[in-house]
Amino acid sequence: MQPLIQVEHLVKCYSGRNVPGDGEVGPALNDVSFSVAPGRTLALVGESGSGKSTLALCLAGLERPTSGRINFGGHDIVALDEKQLRAVRPQIQLVFQDPVSSLNPRFTALEILTEPLIVQRRGGRNERRERALTLLECVGLSREMADRGTGELSGGQRQRLAIARALSLAPKVLILDEALSALDCSVQAQIANLLMELQSSFALTYLFITHDLVMAAHLSDEIAVMDRGRVVEQGVPEKVLRAPEHEATRRLMAAVPGSNVTPRLPRAL
Amino acid sequence: MRFLLRRLIHAVFLLFGVSILTFLFSSLAPGDYFGEMRLDPHIAPETVTALRAQYQLDQPLPVRYARWMKSVVHGDLGFSFSYNSPVGPLLWVRARNTLLLTVTATLLTWGLALPLGVWSAERLGHLPDTLISWTMAGLLVVPDLALALGLLLFAVRSGWFPTGGLASIGFDSLSPLDKLRDLALHMILPVVVLVLTALPLVVRHVRAAMAGVLDAPFLRAARGHGIRRHRLLYRYALPAAANPLISLFGFSIGALLSSSLLVEVVMSWPGMGPFLVEAILSRDLYVVIGGVLLSTLFLVAGNFGADLLLYWADPRIRTEPEAK
Repeated sequence: MQPLIQVEHLVKCYSGRNVPGDGEVGPALNDVSFSVAPGRTLALVGESGSGKSTLALCLAGLERPTSGRINFGGHDIVALDEKQLRAVRPQIQLVFQDPVSSLNPRFTALEILTEPLIVQRRGGRNERRERALTLLECVGLSREMADRGTGELSGGQRQRLAIARALSLAPKVLILDEALSALDCSVQAQIANLLMELQSSFALTYLFITHDLVMAAHLSDEIAVMDRGRVVEQGVPEKVLRAPEHEATRRLMAAVPGSNVTPRLPRAL
Repeated sequence: MRFLLRRLIHAVFLLFGVSILTFLFSSLAPGDYFGEMRLDPHIAPETVTALRAQYQLDQPLPVRYARWMKSVVHGDLGFSFSYNSPVGPLLWVRARNTLLLTVTATLLTWGLALPLGVWSAERLGHLPDTLISWTMAGLLVVPDLALALGLLLFAVRSGWFPTGGLASIGFDSLSPLDKLRDLALHMILPVVVLVLTALPLVVRHVRAAMAGVLDAPFLRAARGHGIRRHRLLYRYALPAAANPLISLFGFSIGALLSSSLLVEVVMSWPGMGPFLVEAILSRDLYVVIGGVLLSTLFLVAGNFGADLLLYWADPRIRTEPEAK
């Protein structure tokens, strides 16, 4: 199948004062290549500092890669200027780790959901409102929550709202940047199920970024393990978990609680 | 609403407190308006005593305070010995001139500081930010007195600006448009001094507050929707950074008011500054108290305005009392 996203030799170096973390020299992304077919889920797994989030930002057009190509829908995103990028942005949306800071604290749920539509000049006032209310129901929230502030929602509800916001522009790709990591276990499972339902009903392509190998295996069709800016191992979850080739993968597996030596595969597989 | 009511009650108590304290302190200072007369051999001591009695300066403090409060209710604010008339009307004309300066300067300061600070924060560590930061640091180290004197020198040398006062001679015979122009020309120098002294602090705060929120994930999400730069900065980021700035707005009014008093004296602007200095030197008791009280009132009103703004700007504060 023709890939929806094709990343080729992507390099990102932070320069000068913009270096995040401890200012360690070296590219955040070092010759990363992979591709994702439409409707599939690719999990990007790695320890913190391995370049996962930088990759997410590059794919979402929020950071400019130093070199390389990101082919999406016939365009190379890297080569687009800001104006052209604006037309592509709605198709690639992000969901962040922390549902508190990723929602504007001054907006009500309704405002959060209609704002992307206003920004992209879509629909009239009533259409936007109707779409926002529908989205609330899509992610398992009730219409009555539309007028609530984000402070009146629980962590899980907020993450649902963040997912609804990401869906409001009817994207093709969702980048889930540690989207489950800040939630507690039971909520994690609920949101994971929600994501799977949404994927089948909206034909979404997911890039699931996480450090949690088990969750990655549960949700994805393919896993790419990242270490120090490189993709060091790639394959179907079963293979990666059963026969890890790279040391970074083994480290990640050792970090899975309750499965120090031989990690069990989740039942869903 | 409870939030605002609480603030209003605070303000009233504050004004009371200030009035009592200024009364106390001014009575602690030795001597009074008639003190110098005693040194004059031509004036009999009995006359001075009679005068003091006439103006009720011989009464005990609580009585004087009560009488003064009564006159405050009437809007007189006590009686000026040197002008021989109630303080209220005297003060009001000058307060209007002072307000003209400070309100203009406040608006201008914030009008300049917001875009400068936002721009600086957006380009953090880059050329615009460095330039703005250095300029502001430079302005910060120049004392306002030096700035005022320097600009006065400039006005004298260049002859482009009037060197003091509020209006030219023959102001009354000018047409309304010319009157406005004349007033504006007189205002330029004092307002420039005030703005330049207040600007660095405000710009730095705007920059810091904005820099703090510009990395927030919800702004990233908004950029991911393809939001335009202007909308991102002013509809998303600025409101998120606004709370400390709104409080600063209240304080900046106070700061501008107090530097205005100095600038007025230096640039002979007929506001409260020169009036108060003169009153303090001649121990014109009630003018001093009235002036201090009026300045406090402006300050309190400014802060209350800031609270109102905060209440209006932040939905979280509006819902706070119900949540508790």
